[in-house]
Amino acid sequence: MARLSQWLLATAATTALMAGAAQAQEPQQDASRFVMVTHGVPSDPFWSVVKNGAEAAAELVGAELEYRAPSTFDMAKMQQLVEAAVASNPDGLILSFTDENALGGAVQNAVDNGIPVITINSGGDVARDYGARLHIGQSEYEAGKQAAERMQEMGVEKGVCVNHEQGNQGLDQRCDGFVEGFDGNAEQLATTYDPTNIRNAIVAYLNENSDVRGVLTLGALAAEPMIQAMREQGATDMFTLGTFDLSPGILEALDAGELNFAIDQQQYMQGYLPVMFLDQFVKNGLLPAGDVATGPGFVTQENAAQVIELSSQGIR
Amino acid sequence: MNSTETKQSVAPAAADQDERIQRVSFWKKALNRPELGALAGAVLVLAFFIAASSGTGMFTPAGIINFLEVAAQLGIIATAAALLMIGGEFDLSIGSMIGLAGILIAIPAVEYGWPLWAAILLAFACAGLVGWINGNLVNKTGLPSFIVTLGFLFILRGLAIGTSRLLTGRTQVGGVQDHIPGDWFAALFSGEVATGLFSWMAENGWMATNFAGNPTVSGIPVSIVWWLGLTAVATWVLLCTPYGNWIFASGGDANAARNSGVPVHRVKISLFMFTAFSATIFACIQVMDTGSADTIRGLLKELEAIIAVVIGGALLTGGYGSAIGAALGALIFGMVQMGIFYTGVNTDWFQVFLGVMLLVAVLFNNYMRKKAMEAK
Repeated sequence: MARLSQWLLATAATTALMAGAAQAQEPQQDASRFVMVTHGVPSDPFWSVVKNGAEAAAELVGAELEYRAPSTFDMAKMQQLVEAAVASNPDGLILSFTDENALGGAVQNAVDNGIPVITINSGGDVARDYGARLHIGQSEYEAGKQAAERMQEMGVEKGVCVNHEQGNQGLDQRCDGFVEGFDGNAEQLATTYDPTNIRNAIVAYLNENSDVRGVLTLGALAAEPMIQAMREQGATDMFTLGTFDLSPGILEALDAGELNFAIDQQQYMQGYLPVMFLDQFVKNGLLPAGDVATGPGFVTQENAAQVIELSSQGIR
Repeated sequence: MNSTETKQSVAPAAADQDERIQRVSFWKKALNRPELGALAGAVLVLAFFIAASSGTGMFTPAGIINFLEVAAQLGIIATAAALLMIGGEFDLSIGSMIGLAGILIAIPAVEYGWPLWAAILLAFACAGLVGWINGNLVNKTGLPSFIVTLGFLFILRGLAIGTSRLLTGRTQVGGVQDHIPGDWFAALFSGEVATGLFSWMAENGWMATNFAGNPTVSGIPVSIVWWLGLTAVATWVLLCTPYGNWIFASGGDANAARNSGVPVHRVKISLFMFTAFSATIFACIQVMDTGSADTIRGLLKELEAIIAVVIGGALLTGGYGSAIGAALGALIFGMVQMGIFYTGVNTDWFQVFLGVMLLVAVLFNNYMRKKAMEAK
């Protein structure tokens, strides 16, 4: 009996101690630390919005967020950033999975070390093969295809996709989807980053291909020169014009009816959601069961005004 | 004797003089001009496009303006890059200076309501300062300008991004076009000249209409005027002023030049300031033209400018080259860059096409020069 009571006492004491320790630990518990690595260069306005979303979510749940991105579009640099992030053993890793060859190993390494990984923006089709839990983003190919379908509904028979950054997988997929959506009745027009170059290339192309009536650009960088070319020629009504992504210039043109639509992938959500999800995962072990599609969403003249308001707050 | 007779019959006026002197002096003149090869390259590229794009609009007035505008913008910075390269230095910070200058114009004007002329002056002042620092660093440290300006390539691009993110929260600043009307200084960098002439030509049916039913050309973009003007001034400076001789001397042999009293340091500083100024002119034109500034503007323009100068016959080692050559180099570049849209080539091959055409132009350029040398 004495032995049993001794044992009970010891157990009770231990339990009490542990509970006490746990209680004492509760308020001192370190905030979760999440690292977000993206391929977005600092000059790209798109990624400022992603970062805004992530920071807002981190503040809300009291998590610590580290945002890292290479200064140039360089997968080798990004790989180093991801490896450094994994080595710092965060409570969760969020990354844009632009290149499975360069980043797959590092993601696998993170997963093997028990770090939950959520991919955003690109690479949704393959991220799971490397153990990522979830992907949040837009299928670029599907978005391009939907742009083509929308143009066809508006009566366009032949379109052109202006690619200002050939070799960028996401942009190439958008154009591929667009051409496919037109059953091949569309072409890709490669240009450089230079706005004058982009504008003159579009004008030259349209002068040479008089049957093309739909023009799709892949970002604000190219959309604004396109809108400008159309304004100069007074030709905004002659063509069906669409673009990816939003900028003040694009929203203004949408509002004025000069641009027919802009495809928006709500990138604020690509920053906000993974932080919220990881927080739930760390605290309660909860995660959505499937990928989250944040786009394609279409912004047109009807909803432009509302989006302009949000854009000025850095949310869209 | 037969050949002499033919020559005499072709050019009877030359018959009285000693024909050897006549011929040598003619070739010598051509030979001593660095732009000979570039001219040959330009003619070759022109011939290629006339053949490859026959029946298309490349050589209509609209098509010509189209590629001239691209050539002109590059030509503006290539002129200054040519002077600097003749002076023996490089400036890799031109491209970043374009992005920064654009931001320096757009932010004060759009965000803080400055008059556009004041914002443009601010950009020019900052450019002057950057050029002055570049020049002084090269002079004082003795480091290759390649390294010093490579540093500034990053510094200036980073400053453009950092400043605009800090002050506006984004990296694109739009709305500049609303400030242009009535601004005397901005007018120098925006719009087109001779618009009356072109609308008159269109009214009289001398000019076709484009895809939108407008006259294909409404005027000559102001960038072309700047390009021709800068090329003319730079050529005059190089060939007709003592300062031009100083540039050649500084690039040829800086020590010898210094020993014979050329203020090499001051020459170099002024050349660096001129490249930064020309980048700012480029930025002004593009900002007025597009109505917006973007921190990424001018990306890789420093390389394009150097390419144009080298196509134009300048030596990478300095001391030799010309502004007209740089202008021809920019023309070749503009033609090739825009020409692909008229040839019907799938634009997936855009960069291959661009690279091959540039190589061919330079090789032909060298070949012509060698041929000319042999003929001597």
